[in-house]
Amino acid sequence: MNSLWSLTWATLVKDIRLEWRSKDALNAMLFFSLLVVVIFSFSFDPSAEESRQIAGGLVWVAFLFATVVALNQTWARELRNHVLDAYRVSPAPPNSLFLAKALGNFIFVALLEAVMTPLFIVFYNLRAIGPAWELIPVGILGTWALVVNGTFFAALSLRTRSREIMLPLLLFPISIPAIQGMVEATRILLAGDGSARFWIVLLLTYDVVFTTACLGLFGTILHAE
Amino acid sequence: MKRIFPILCFVTALLLVYGLYQALVAAPTERTMGDVQRIFYYHVPSAWTAFCLFFTNLFASIVYLVRRNPKADALAVASAEVGVVFCTIVLITGPIWARPVWGIWWTWDVRLTTTLVLWLIYVAYLVLRRFSDTAQTPVLAAVLAIFGALDVPLVYFSIWFFRTQHPQPVMGNGGSLAPAMLHAFLINLLAFSCFGAMVCWSRFCLELLKREVEEAHAMESLAGAGASPKTSLPLSRSSR
Repeated sequence: MNSLWSLTWATLVKDIRLEWRSKDALNAMLFFSLLVVVIFSFSFDPSAEESRQIAGGLVWVAFLFATVVALNQTWARELRNHVLDAYRVSPAPPNSLFLAKALGNFIFVALLEAVMTPLFIVFYNLRAIGPAWELIPVGILGTWALVVNGTFFAALSLRTRSREIMLPLLLFPISIPAIQGMVEATRILLAGDGSARFWIVLLLTYDVVFTTACLGLFGTILHAE
Repeated sequence: MKRIFPILCFVTALLLVYGLYQALVAAPTERTMGDVQRIFYYHVPSAWTAFCLFFTNLFASIVYLVRRNPKADALAVASAEVGVVFCTIVLITGPIWARPVWGIWWTWDVRLTTTLVLWLIYVAYLVLRRFSDTAQTPVLAAVLAIFGALDVPLVYFSIWFFRTQHPQPVMGNGGSLAPAMLHAFLINLLAFSCFGAMVCWSRFCLELLKREVEEAHAMESLAGAGASPKTSLPLSRSSR
């Protein structure tokens, strides 16, 4: 157990350091979601009431697309110089690698959200009517839902042809309940339209189920030959 | 097994013809919906067959992951492909019926949405199989099948809650069927189950044959390149 966490920590620190020096994924994600925000606000010109109803969908779709941009780069880095093959033959538990990658992506996407949310508020004149603090658990659970499966499917599609297009094709159908949960919870909280409890529980269930599945099956994926 | 196959095909064809007669002629016309209700005799059996095939796919995928038996993988391919075809029939016949009866082509109802998401997941499954042609494809596909199976209950649950929160169109929950209708329905259910099983079986045999041929080709080219065995082995898995 100790080695699992120390290895996870080592890989996570390495990924963050690499990202900090290059800033490839973060810059691409930030600019990409900025573009999505601007294009959306050109396409729809909502009133304050309308924007409360649709902002949940817009925000999460923008984050979803941006997440795919980041996820595509996660594993590509490990293919250079056969780093992944080295992982495969090393005695390190595969789950430490997976956890490090998923946590790294979570941190990047959370950073993106922290930067983009104020922009959304400005562009759409958002003001929550419901209990806005509940958006924090929705954000955390929703981001983890996207990232945990995304990291897994990025690894799964790593050796397929045209993997950049494969990832969304696999990730989006599986993410439908999670996306519905995030969008509905956000809409309810912004519009003050009842309780978002069910959707938070749904997101939590989704996270628990798929985190377990990812940890259970990642070794199979990594060693699939 | 090879001798039974034509006999079973014949029986299935007979059942399908009898089912067609039952559905279009023998079954009484529904009082309020009229003749369009007869699509029900194809819609529901197709859905049943599709779900059975997807279940077969899940089962075969788990067996493959545990045992690594190539036959289980061939069954998974066959059932997923045929299942997608039947699921497509469901998704096409549904709106044809819904338009005159509900007045709308589509609604985000529990069953409709879950079927659509299931269809999307299995199309993604087939795309994965198509885009990945390495030796590890069966493992990746089997893992995806398990993820899909975990996803479906969550979809069902989320839409169920979503829709009970909102007004919904009146569902065709007509209680009990007239005996003649029930008869026609059960015949078609049986006929479609046999039909799906036969198509899946044929596809399964085809997949096994295809693999045999590929293997023979590989062996042949290996034998042809026997003069330089060091370079003939495909060792390209980690070079991409």
